[in-house]
Amino acid sequence: MQTLIQPHTIPVLEITGLTRQFGGLRAVSDFNVRLEANELVGLIGPNGAGKTTVFNLVSGFYQPSAGTIRIGGVSTAGLKPHRVTALGVARTFQNIRLWPDMTVLDNIRVAQHHRLGYGFFHGIARSSRYRAREAAIEREAYELLEVFQLTPFAADCPKNLPYGTQRKLEIARALSTKPQLLLLDEPAAGLNSADVHELIRLVRWIHGHFDVTIWMIEHHMDVMMELCQRIKVIDFGETIAEGTPETIRNHPAVISAYLGDETI
Amino acid sequence: MVLRHYTVPILLAVAGGVLLYVAKEELVSLYVLSVLMFMGVNVILATSLNLVNGYMGEFSCGHAGFMCVGAYVASILGVLLFSGHKAFGAAWLPAELAVWGFPLLILAGGAAAALAGLLVAIPSYKTRGDYLAIITLAANYIIISLIENLDIIGGSRGFMGMKKIVNGMEEAVALPWMPLWVLAFTVFCVWLLRRYLSSTFGKGVTAISQDEVAAEIMSIDTNKIKTITFMLSSGLAGIAGGLFAFIVGYVNPGSFNILKSTEVLVMVYLGGMGSLSGSILAAILFTVLLEALRPLQIIKWVVIPLLLIIIMQFRPEGLMGNRELGDLFPRLKRFYRFK
Repeated sequence: MQTLIQPHTIPVLEITGLTRQFGGLRAVSDFNVRLEANELVGLIGPNGAGKTTVFNLVSGFYQPSAGTIRIGGVSTAGLKPHRVTALGVARTFQNIRLWPDMTVLDNIRVAQHHRLGYGFFHGIARSSRYRAREAAIEREAYELLEVFQLTPFAADCPKNLPYGTQRKLEIARALSTKPQLLLLDEPAAGLNSADVHELIRLVRWIHGHFDVTIWMIEHHMDVMMELCQRIKVIDFGETIAEGTPETIRNHPAVISAYLGDETI
Repeated sequence: MVLRHYTVPILLAVAGGVLLYVAKEELVSLYVLSVLMFMGVNVILATSLNLVNGYMGEFSCGHAGFMCVGAYVASILGVLLFSGHKAFGAAWLPAELAVWGFPLLILAGGAAAALAGLLVAIPSYKTRGDYLAIITLAANYIIISLIENLDIIGGSRGFMGMKKIVNGMEEAVALPWMPLWVLAFTVFCVWLLRRYLSSTFGKGVTAISQDEVAAEIMSIDTNKIKTITFMLSSGLAGIAGGLFAFIVGYVNPGSFNILKSTEVLVMVYLGGMGSLSGSILAAILFTVLLEALRPLQIIKWVVIPLLLIIIMQFRPEGLMGNRELGDLFPRLKRFYRFK
């Protein structure tokens, strides 16, 4: 009865009964989650468990077979990915998907496309609105590059940057869309141990500095244990455990999902 | 240097003045003048095709189809309004008005061609790459066959009567109108493309070419950008077509077939993908080359493709290769600004 007394807050993300079928394969099955503002939550599971599919569903890249996804109370059913992004969801990819031949600055600038505030004809006419907005876009982009310490690379192309810097740039690009929910899909993949420590610091700093809820998939357990307030574990598309990092570490279902049963 | 803001307009004004003087005093033959005008038309065609093939990374091989739409719409409208035709009856407006109406005719042709661009833009939402190339090819054929079977505008025999309008314009105000309008529209088209592509809005085009999934996820309305880009590209091709029709004074569907599309493709690849200055340079070079090799007659079409093979072998990125003049010669930037 406690919920009746507390003021009702709208969660940043609310997923109920999410199911996605690929032909005969049920990649995600009856998935539920509720993320409150400023939470930092993890999603783990063995390979092929359906983690990335969940992210693809949330970002609008796939449409669910059943169930609803609400971003800040708004259902994303039938919305194209760019509309979902405009609602406040940004993501990074397991394999980095920057625009390799556009400059770092342009990568950041173009990710503000949904809030440009001018269209084709303003761009052609170079109207006063165009000039004002373009100046603001550039200023915001440089501010973002500055806090991410990427300003020296502003004129470089991402394909010429070291891998760790590319990862950082991809997160910066995602934040350039001004999200309320940031989805990080294996941000530590392919990083060496020094870079992983740097990443942990970065994510923690983003969480404090930006007003954003973070939901991340990661295989590096130390990253998850360090960062996440709670972790959700899925296997074969179904939730098998949920709780604080400590509970997850010792959860029998998680151990058997990762290491198999004792029948070895 | 404040002056650099004005170098491009000054150069263009000088070019226009020289053109005016030379044409009016008949210092060069009509032949040289028409080659100069074809250069302008080819510059528009090459730069507008580069928008789709170079910047957006699609492969359109039906550019001449949109040129055809522009050519026919501008011609028919012109004849209908200013000169009269045996099928449509007398002219609706006095011939002198053509002086003012001419740019509107060309723009109307461009607008019609932009609408025809939807024929490719809408399938592009779901189709990419080779499959979209087939669709552009089909669009080219649909447009040509449609006009070939419209007997009221001459069918495959073609349509004429545009020379009368041009002559009427020159009688009303004694100026070499066609060279001037070609120059004006060429500058307009390149300027339009440059402004589109250098805005953050237009950079969405490059983002789509480099990673369409990332573009959509990073908040770009990819369908909208594709629609605008295809319509802009085909609309500019329509403007080129309208100018072409009035330069030659006669159009027939046969001159806008796949061979013409290929010619434009050659110019784009010769100049370099994703380089407007490359396309301009290539269009000028190619026009000169076509005329220089004219004595070879049919062998010309052996020499030019051979040249293309050599270029693809030894310099596949084209003359400029994804760079603009200013990137190639950074010092030049001190002297001009083109935005």
